[in-house]
Amino acid sequence: MSFLVLIPLLPLLGFLINGIGFRRIPKNLVGIIGSAGPVAAFALSVYAFISFQAQGSAPIHVHLFDWITVGTLNIPFAFQIDQLSLLMLLIITGVGSLIHIYSVGYMHHDEGFGKFFAFLNLFLFFMLLLVMGSNFVIMFIGWEGVGLCSYLLIGFWNKNTNYNNAARKAFIMNRIGDLGYLLGIFLIIQQFGAVEYAVVFEKAATMAVDSPAIVAITMLLFVGAMGKSAQIPLYTWLPDAMAGPTPVSALIHAATMVTAGIYMVIRSNVFYSLAPDTLDLIAIVGLATALLGASIGLFQNDIKKVLAYSTVSQLGYMFLGLGVMAYSPSFFHVMTHAFFKALLFLGAGSVIHAMSDEQDIRKMGGLRHKLPVTFATFVVATIAISGIPPFSGFFSKDDILANVYQHSKIMWGLGVLGSVMTSFYMFRLLFLTFFGTFRGTKQQEHHLHESPLSMTLPLVVLAVLSAVGGFLNVPEALFGSMKLSGFMAPLYELAAKANPVAFAHQHLSHTQEYVLMGVSVGAALLAALGAYVVFVVKKSVPAADGQETGLQKLVYNKYYVDEAYDAIFVKSMRTASDLAYSFGEFMIDLVVNGTGKVVKNAAAKLRLLQNGATSFYVFMMVLGITVIMLWNFWIK
Amino acid sequence: MLTLLLLIIPLLAGGLVLVTKNNSAKQIALLAALIELATACVAFVQFKANASTQFGFSYAWIPSAGITFSAGIDGINLLLVMLTAFLVPLIILSTFRQLYKNASVFYALILFMQGALIGVFTATDAFLFYFFFEAALIPVYFLAAIWGGENRVKVTFKFFIYTIFGSLFMLVALVYLYSQTPGTHTAQITAFYQLGLGSYTQGLIFWAFFIAFAIKMPLFPFHTWQPDTYTESPTPATMLLSGIMLKMGVYGLIRFILPIVPIGLQTWGNAAIVLSVIGIIYGSIIAVQQRDMKRLVAYSSFAHVGLMAAGVFSKNINGLQGALIQMLAHGINVVGLFFVIEIIFSRTKTRNIEQLGGITQRAPYLTVYFMILMLGSVALPLTNGFVGEFLLLSGVYDYNKWLGAVAGITIILGAVYMLRMFQRAMFGSKSSFTEHISDLSFSEKMVLFPLAFMVFWIGLYPNSFLALTQPAVLNLLNSIHY
Repeated sequence: MSFLVLIPLLPLLGFLINGIGFRRIPKNLVGIIGSAGPVAAFALSVYAFISFQAQGSAPIHVHLFDWITVGTLNIPFAFQIDQLSLLMLLIITGVGSLIHIYSVGYMHHDEGFGKFFAFLNLFLFFMLLLVMGSNFVIMFIGWEGVGLCSYLLIGFWNKNTNYNNAARKAFIMNRIGDLGYLLGIFLIIQQFGAVEYAVVFEKAATMAVDSPAIVAITMLLFVGAMGKSAQIPLYTWLPDAMAGPTPVSALIHAATMVTAGIYMVIRSNVFYSLAPDTLDLIAIVGLATALLGASIGLFQNDIKKVLAYSTVSQLGYMFLGLGVMAYSPSFFHVMTHAFFKALLFLGAGSVIHAMSDEQDIRKMGGLRHKLPVTFATFVVATIAISGIPPFSGFFSKDDILANVYQHSKIMWGLGVLGSVMTSFYMFRLLFLTFFGTFRGTKQQEHHLHESPLSMTLPLVVLAVLSAVGGFLNVPEALFGSMKLSGFMAPLYELAAKANPVAFAHQHLSHTQEYVLMGVSVGAALLAALGAYVVFVVKKSVPAADGQETGLQKLVYNKYYVDEAYDAIFVKSMRTASDLAYSFGEFMIDLVVNGTGKVVKNAAAKLRLLQNGATSFYVFMMVLGITVIMLWNFWIK
Repeated sequence: MLTLLLLIIPLLAGGLVLVTKNNSAKQIALLAALIELATACVAFVQFKANASTQFGFSYAWIPSAGITFSAGIDGINLLLVMLTAFLVPLIILSTFRQLYKNASVFYALILFMQGALIGVFTATDAFLFYFFFEAALIPVYFLAAIWGGENRVKVTFKFFIYTIFGSLFMLVALVYLYSQTPGTHTAQITAFYQLGLGSYTQGLIFWAFFIAFAIKMPLFPFHTWQPDTYTESPTPATMLLSGIMLKMGVYGLIRFILPIVPIGLQTWGNAAIVLSVIGIIYGSIIAVQQRDMKRLVAYSSFAHVGLMAAGVFSKNINGLQGALIQMLAHGINVVGLFFVIEIIFSRTKTRNIEQLGGITQRAPYLTVYFMILMLGSVALPLTNGFVGEFLLLSGVYDYNKWLGAVAGITIILGAVYMLRMFQRAMFGSKSSFTEHISDLSFSEKMVLFPLAFMVFWIGLYPNSFLALTQPAVLNLLNSIHY
């Protein structure tokens, strides 16, 4: 299976060629080189998937070389291929390829075309390392590497200071999470003397439930996940990250990078299954984030901001699922979300492209006639994300909520509330953008056009996946066989052995499941209907900036969390910096100079020569020592 | 004998450069530095990765007193010799677009400096070590005092007094240790490891060494000479100071404090490591608001060296190996960063980030190299900085988890100040200062390419260096007797 090495290497090669040859390689070739790597990597991933299934269910280990060896600790540069990494590989390279192809059309007029593909390829390289690595430190390479690429791509149009600030904010907030992750690794090293998954989990499985070390490790790693997957309190970078080109939002800030936190928890399921307290925290954080994101999404008017808060919210659902140990359902949602959210972003990109870079949905309307393909695919994605059957989002969200119901009925209720909001803001977005009459300028109206084939083709493929993706894991209540969950089951064998109680929960009866499904689907449909009444029948348009009142104003301004962070952290750090520089350094110098004066005064009394330059004396002293020593050396 | 060669080449070449004409001085200096590098590479290749001291020599110096002129190379020394031999030619090459008055003196001083540094890093006799430790100060003092900025006289004076003050403590300690050796006395450093001093004495000697080395690096609160000196010195001198000379301090901690006064370290280690960690945070926080790029990198260097010291004081293999590999990485990154700043300054006549901006639009090569060095400096995985910081932080974490967590804040603050500097200088719209900035010249690329290459080499395959130092470090840890 040594061809596996090629999977991350091909995009890296693309990065090097386009990066070094930037501005010298013709545009057409840049697009082909940039897309060829991901497509080839996808083909290899499919092949790896097939060969893996043929050989059983045991993980494949590919050792490349020993990377860092210190004392008894060895950190190999090695890959581990199992059910989880294979599924991630397919998502990353599959959706990644589509987005690369889309970018050929979307970025065609950009002067940084080659640079864009180089960065996108580099991102894939790091993302693939993240999911392929066989230990926590290789995962961390990918973890920080995707953060770098995210930084480079958010600030891709680097003449704009706001974009640069957004990029920097993303990197720094991620670094806060990364510190948690890093401390988690240190604790793992301290506890187990190793970082390889196979070794660490084998040892961890023998530990008791709720061991302090395990709880600490899981908490620290989860801090990393909060940063990367934009959970409370480290979520505010993600909406700002929309400053990047739209394909970047689709690939990095919706489909792949932000799901790294979920990947990490499932990868470490042995740890998490042994730490119920951490799981509770994850469920609460996830639910709170889901509700917060959805509520802010209700009032946003920037097409990408709506989708960004929707992503924050959907990631919250995934963590809610993880928190109740519904690992496979959460992953199922990662997958369907990758399809429909990538589709939504690419659709939004197509709209923005047609609208001459306008992103405000108050200035859109009626686009369905001019952009038929974009419209049709956007409808599919909207239905999918709203959890309306038989599209994919219904199955994955329902799977999570059914598990949550068994854990806590209140959480389930709040989860349904979130999906009502989801359905409302998504249909609001759909209606305001594609229905009614056009509200933009004449110039924009004149320019309206459907996007080229390289952009619409990925839309269609993703629409098909969003529509049928749910059939991968149909519950038994709907006469399915839970294929995906069955495939992923071997991942949890060790955890189930370590903590059998946690895995021994009862299944819901089919009747109960039907009721739950009925409630959530009904609620989503009602919300959609509500949006229809408000935005199509009554044709209302959200208020202009500054006209919002009361609660609406609070939510529109994202609960002023950014402002609070700025006042609490940024301003106080600046003040501390100024204080330390002016006052701290001054005080230290005062002591030093005081000591110096004492010495000087003493020296003045011993002064033999008249010239008075202390440096001269000191210099003569050193010279004297030198001469004496040299003299000794050559004479003796 | 290789060690003697390494020591003599720069000193002889320095003498030669001193008597040549000014306009050919830099070429001769570069040639000499390259020969030195080749010699060091021979040592690197021939070195056997065990704990022994190799390529050594020993001559009687003051035989009646047991003081010898002796030096040699073990894994720890080798790393620092390689660092010195690698950086000096690049530092010389980095000046090729500048015109310095009295060039022959200027380049001779750089070579003398190199000779003294090699002496510090290879001496096996304590007094020889002290001799070179002091001698290294003289060339850099003149470099700063003659070719420095406006406030050079005041600033270099402060620097000089500071370091001499520290060294005197070390001299007292060395003389005492020497007097305690049995029989006719010896000044071999390894002989000091066996003295078995009482805990009170060890405490005193610990502080004597600590002050000397803490000033050299510098550690909090002995650092106030550093930002001014780094900022005011001509950039080649800043590079020598930050890239190589501060490693004398870290090297001293490893070679002297750890094995000679282990009980002193046990008693006072907490205080030392807390001071180091305070320095990390204090320096990083100050760097956040700096506008002068040179001063910003000076404070960042102060923060980084604090982490190295904390790693050494944590007395475990991760901390020590981390400190060693980080010395290499930091030397490369900081020299590169100061050079990038010099390139920008020489073209725009400003180092104030408020006045810069948009450089990337005109200088893509400069942007890429600056970015690589910045990533190394903020310890992104697969760059050199990551290996060092990862090991150092894990070492400190093993020593005490809370200290490890606090020290770890450096990875956040490092990103804050470095990204701010990078963004203000390179991104955004062009200013009147950067409107006509030109991209890298050939000689500038020749300096930056090897540095960038090393950023990735150490980041991708650190074991090529870790394996060399590991036996010596293990040996050192084993020779610590309580």
